[in-house]
Amino acid sequence: MTPLLKVTNLAVEFSTYGGIVCAVRGVDFELEAGKTLAIVGESGCGKSVTVQSMMGLTPMPPGRLVSGSARLRGEEILGQRRVQGKEVRGAEIGMIFQDPMTSLNPTMTIGDQIAEPLQVHRGFSRREAFTEAVKLLELTKIPEAQKRAKQYPFEFSGGMLQRAMIAMAIACKPSILIADEPTTALDVTIQAQILDLLQDIQQEIGMAIILITHDLGVVARVADEVAVMYAGKVVEFGKVDDIFYRSAHPYTVGLRAAMPVNDPSRNHVLSPIEGSPPDLFSPPAGCGYCSRCPEAMEICATEAPPTKALNRGHTSSCWLQQDGAPHPESLFFNEERL
Amino acid sequence: MTATDVLLEIKNLKKYFAMGSGQYIHAVDDVSLSIFQKEIVGLVGESGSGKSTFGKTILGLHSKTAGEIFYRGEALPKKYKTSDYRQFASRMQMIFQDPYSSLNPRMTVGEIIGEGIRLNKTFKLSEVKDRVAVWLERVGLQADHMSRYPHEFSGGQRQRIGIARALILEPEFVVCDEPISALDVSVQAQVVNLMGELKQSMGLTLLFIAHDLSMVRYVSDRMAVMYLGSLMEVGAADDLYFSPMHPYTEVLVGSNPEPDPTAERERLSTSIQGEIPSPVNVPAGCRFANRCPKVMDICRKDTPKLIAINDPEREVACHLYG
Repeated sequence: MTPLLKVTNLAVEFSTYGGIVCAVRGVDFELEAGKTLAIVGESGCGKSVTVQSMMGLTPMPPGRLVSGSARLRGEEILGQRRVQGKEVRGAEIGMIFQDPMTSLNPTMTIGDQIAEPLQVHRGFSRREAFTEAVKLLELTKIPEAQKRAKQYPFEFSGGMLQRAMIAMAIACKPSILIADEPTTALDVTIQAQILDLLQDIQQEIGMAIILITHDLGVVARVADEVAVMYAGKVVEFGKVDDIFYRSAHPYTVGLRAAMPVNDPSRNHVLSPIEGSPPDLFSPPAGCGYCSRCPEAMEICATEAPPTKALNRGHTSSCWLQQDGAPHPESLFFNEERL
Repeated sequence: MTATDVLLEIKNLKKYFAMGSGQYIHAVDDVSLSIFQKEIVGLVGESGSGKSTFGKTILGLHSKTAGEIFYRGEALPKKYKTSDYRQFASRMQMIFQDPYSSLNPRMTVGEIIGEGIRLNKTFKLSEVKDRVAVWLERVGLQADHMSRYPHEFSGGQRQRIGIARALILEPEFVVCDEPISALDVSVQAQVVNLMGELKQSMGLTLLFIAHDLSMVRYVSDRMAVMYLGSLMEVGAADDLYFSPMHPYTEVLVGSNPEPDPTAERERLSTSIQGEIPSPVNVPAGCRFANRCPKVMDICRKDTPKLIAINDPEREVACHLYG
């Protein structure tokens, strides 16, 4: 079965005053219809650039697509505006952004902004589109949708704006919704509401979701599959249980140890990942995580590790998973959950 | 704890902001809280609950509308004069939320960190540089970073600069206003651990403001939950987190997703409807009544008082107990 979306060897660089930044350095992942894929990683690891270049939202220049392909139902979408007669952006793939305050037009009413994609992509008349916009606002559980549709963004709270953004992104019933840190700017209570809403809508219209986040709690809550990114590469990919209970890459293990756990015993100390991510102006020759990795070996500094399949659908790019490599204890501390 | 251990006693603190036409934002409304020496109090709540205003009002960055603050038994002035700032700045400091906008981009790191002790004139100018170098190393940076500008540093490093700037005066009490919420997960733990070490070595008392409960539980001795300008619950950090009494605390703890897929799948949906109401027209009765899953008739009429339940350290403002 062909996956809904298959991204292979995607690489994007930017030319800046300081030189060329290799933001994304060969990313592969697959997404199945109706599933949720979470892309996790620190700021600057290339999560957002990956999805933005897929949608053609990276300005080129200064950006440049070095290599790679992204196929939606087998058809290339990189550099294409339309596939199978539908526009990629808006109609096939919808997107919501981190900061709803700055991503909406302050001079247009919420209703008009939601109606716009319907007029552009589906050929609705203004009046039809507005009626539909009100229905969408109701779908995203905004009270008094009729009245709210005539209001401007400044009259909405952050959580309500994010609902309006979701309404806009799903207006044309896309097959994929990309959510770029949709709840980072929101309170935990509102975050819970938005995550519930995304899951309800996903079931209702059967779209796939790519969720970009750095919060492993959010990942555990909504993801089916997880891609862990570091320094422009996917270092580990797998089902959510593989990532949390059978973490293979030292970076994934490090991320989990840096997160607080809800354990009443206070003995657990947070163990941060020391250091900071590498400079992508001159990306390291070997593994990107080498300089911060507690298990680094000589080979890690000089050669990039190949990607190894560990299990069904679980891959990791680390020299430790190669045959004959040592088995450090730190990687297996979570085995008891198996 | 005895009364002599109290470092800071806040009594009925109010801070209203005038909006014109006789309307006021009730940012902090009648909050009383005692902070003991060498403890970390975590202050949590949604945005708009008045946490930051509370912290800033304690330090005199906002002048208070009503109420009293006692520092080691001595009342702090209602409105700060320049000389008051001189006097209190070396005792009370603040670490700000956003490491990007809280550092002056046109000053070098050395100037930023050294400004406090330079103005305080407790050190000779030649000594200032040495102190800055010592502090840069104490927060995990290098002494030669002092000639660089803030833009040359990452978010985590900038937050360390902010910490050095606040602590170089060796204050007793520091308000940390969401010091980690702008940072990446891996870096958050670095900063939290650094603050823990410094707290130990300097004997600091901290008011740690945040909205991420699970992180706050790690650093705090006690936690206080704030909603719409009022305290809802105060208690020892672990007690409050693992056995919340106030329905709002329960909601806050329950909304916090855990990094454990099995636990998340088993979790019932805990999200509550609605959002924090406007602090301009504060509802009568309990402030949380219109969102509360356990609301009763009395909640809409009478405002519950913060009262001690069972043990003296646990205080809850809810009609369910009382």
